[in-house]
Amino acid sequence: MKKLIITTLGALVAAPAAHSAETLNIYNWSDYIAEDTIAQFEAATGIDVNYDVYDSNEVLEAKMLAGNSGYDLVVPTSDFLQRQVAAGAYQPIDKSLLPNLVNMDEDIMATAAGYDAGNEHSIVYLWGTTGIGYNVEAVAERLGADMPIDSWELLFNPEIVAKLADCGVSMLDAPTEVVPAAMNYLGLDPRSTDAKDFEAAEELLTSIRPHIRYFHSSQYISDLANGDTCVALGWSGDVFQAQARASEAENGVEIGYIIPKEGALQWFDMLAIPVDAPNPEAAHKFINFVMDAQVTADITNYVWYGNANKASMPLVDEEIKADPGIFPTEAAKEKLWAGMVYNARQDRSLTRAWTKVKTGK
Amino acid sequence: MVIAIPMIWLLVFFLIPFAVVFKLSLSEAAIARPPYLPMMTWDEEGILTFVLNIGNYFYLLDDDLYIFAYMQSMKIALVSTVICLLVAYPMALAIARANSSTRNLLLMLVILPFWTSFLLRVYAWIGILKTNGLLNNALLWLGLIDQPLAIMQTDLAVYIGIVYTYLPFMILPLYTSLVKQDESLLEAAADLGARPVTAFFSVTLPLSFPGIAAGSLLVFIPVVGEFVIPALLGGPDTLMIGRVLWSEFFSNRDWPVASAVATVMLVVLVVPIMLLRLAQQADEKKA
Repeated sequence: MKKLIITTLGALVAAPAAHSAETLNIYNWSDYIAEDTIAQFEAATGIDVNYDVYDSNEVLEAKMLAGNSGYDLVVPTSDFLQRQVAAGAYQPIDKSLLPNLVNMDEDIMATAAGYDAGNEHSIVYLWGTTGIGYNVEAVAERLGADMPIDSWELLFNPEIVAKLADCGVSMLDAPTEVVPAAMNYLGLDPRSTDAKDFEAAEELLTSIRPHIRYFHSSQYISDLANGDTCVALGWSGDVFQAQARASEAENGVEIGYIIPKEGALQWFDMLAIPVDAPNPEAAHKFINFVMDAQVTADITNYVWYGNANKASMPLVDEEIKADPGIFPTEAAKEKLWAGMVYNARQDRSLTRAWTKVKTGK
Repeated sequence: MVIAIPMIWLLVFFLIPFAVVFKLSLSEAAIARPPYLPMMTWDEEGILTFVLNIGNYFYLLDDDLYIFAYMQSMKIALVSTVICLLVAYPMALAIARANSSTRNLLLMLVILPFWTSFLLRVYAWIGILKTNGLLNNALLWLGLIDQPLAIMQTDLAVYIGIVYTYLPFMILPLYTSLVKQDESLLEAAADLGARPVTAFFSVTLPLSFPGIAAGSLLVFIPVVGEFVIPALLGGPDTLMIGRVLWSEFFSNRDWPVASAVATVMLVVLVVPIMLLRLAQQADEKKA
């Protein structure tokens, strides 16, 4: 939430300043690029980059739907992208300007095309899953060392989560991610839009609500790393960042990430060019630059999210390639589900149920 | 001419934005850019259709969430205002009674926090209040507690953050009204046999009433719509109207309902402002 608020406040005051042909305005997720990617692009092309960040799809969406954001390149998640494309927020991508497109993994691009027919408006930037991050030692201490950590049970079984409550349990503040996970745990279709299934999920979430310390979409990174909380329903790469921060701090906190055996949400963050982008040409140059095998490999090696760039795979660190939390096994892949695009009525009942779970009202 | 400038200010920074929000509250949400249907449309035969949708306001009555959130915001604002007043009054009085060189220093200290970004100061409170934070570590080290206190993500943290942030807005108007008071009034009260406590309650306090009213409104009104402090320090069950507005706007993408929530909030806030105006006018007549 903290970044969310900064970006929300930023949204009110800080539309990017005037543009010359030499400027590219990028709006990306926080902590979502390698340290030197921008500098390399600037050196290679002579284009100045203004780089702003957000931590919620909702904030990005409000800007895209309001129009005149001033950004040339943004990174919505696939299900949000689909609705924004329907609203006319993005321009078609000119693939003749993207020679590096040959590097991309055709299977993943085809899956992503489910949200954007023919990948006409977007290219996969990175992808990941929504699973569970946990403090290995603190959880073992409370559940016993023999307890297998491989299931949504850790969060959604009231008896188990109750034992973890004292050391801090958090969830993303995103109903479209948490409610389907709850339905998945209950053995329902996570992509269901049936009101009864929403109700069942709401009931389950209400039953574990007393054990949840907070709902927030970025706070858990530092809290997990510092040992302030010990279980989080969160995004894969963010949990890996918590892991990296903890080991940098040498504070003795060891963080693990699992894709639960029941399945998990798989999402794609997509590079897209707003319809009113001041400098779409530079945006194409940047997309092509990112699709370079080495550049993408550097990004994955830094942020620990999977990419859709086949040519980059030989350059990705072995440790990352071998991690089933980042590149899941074939069996785990089969259980992943894709984000659902809800209509306005479904969105409203989901948000309402979410408020009810969080506040009891 | 003298009146024209404040009127232009009011028009540009209040009435026009409010008109925009009010107009939006009467439209209907849609998947479009911007995400609502236009109020006026010309069809092919040149017929102008004008659609006003007041359903958004009825919707706010349908679900008790909105009324609850308004009440909750008012409650938090009221309690915070009272605490601010109780903390600020002795401070303002002490500053007003200090000699003039100390007084300037003390006023400086009140204003000093404004030199740091408000967000940074609220973040600092996270560092103080969290489980592994300064406060808990200090208390544990002193042996006063053996389990960390859970203050972050509770209403208590919200009150601490709000009172801390808004305290100067209470101190300054109180100080202004207290420093203007004629000290000879207190001497006269003493001469007539009033003890200091009696003199305070029958002279100082009533005379500072305009300061109390101004300070209370300066705190109460912004706190009702406060979003940042409860979002950063509060728990998931701290439900204020700013949060509800956020989720209407961002999660539901329903700008019209969000605008209706904002319009109602404004109406709720205009009532105390009107009351203040009336009180002031009555005051001026007396003088």
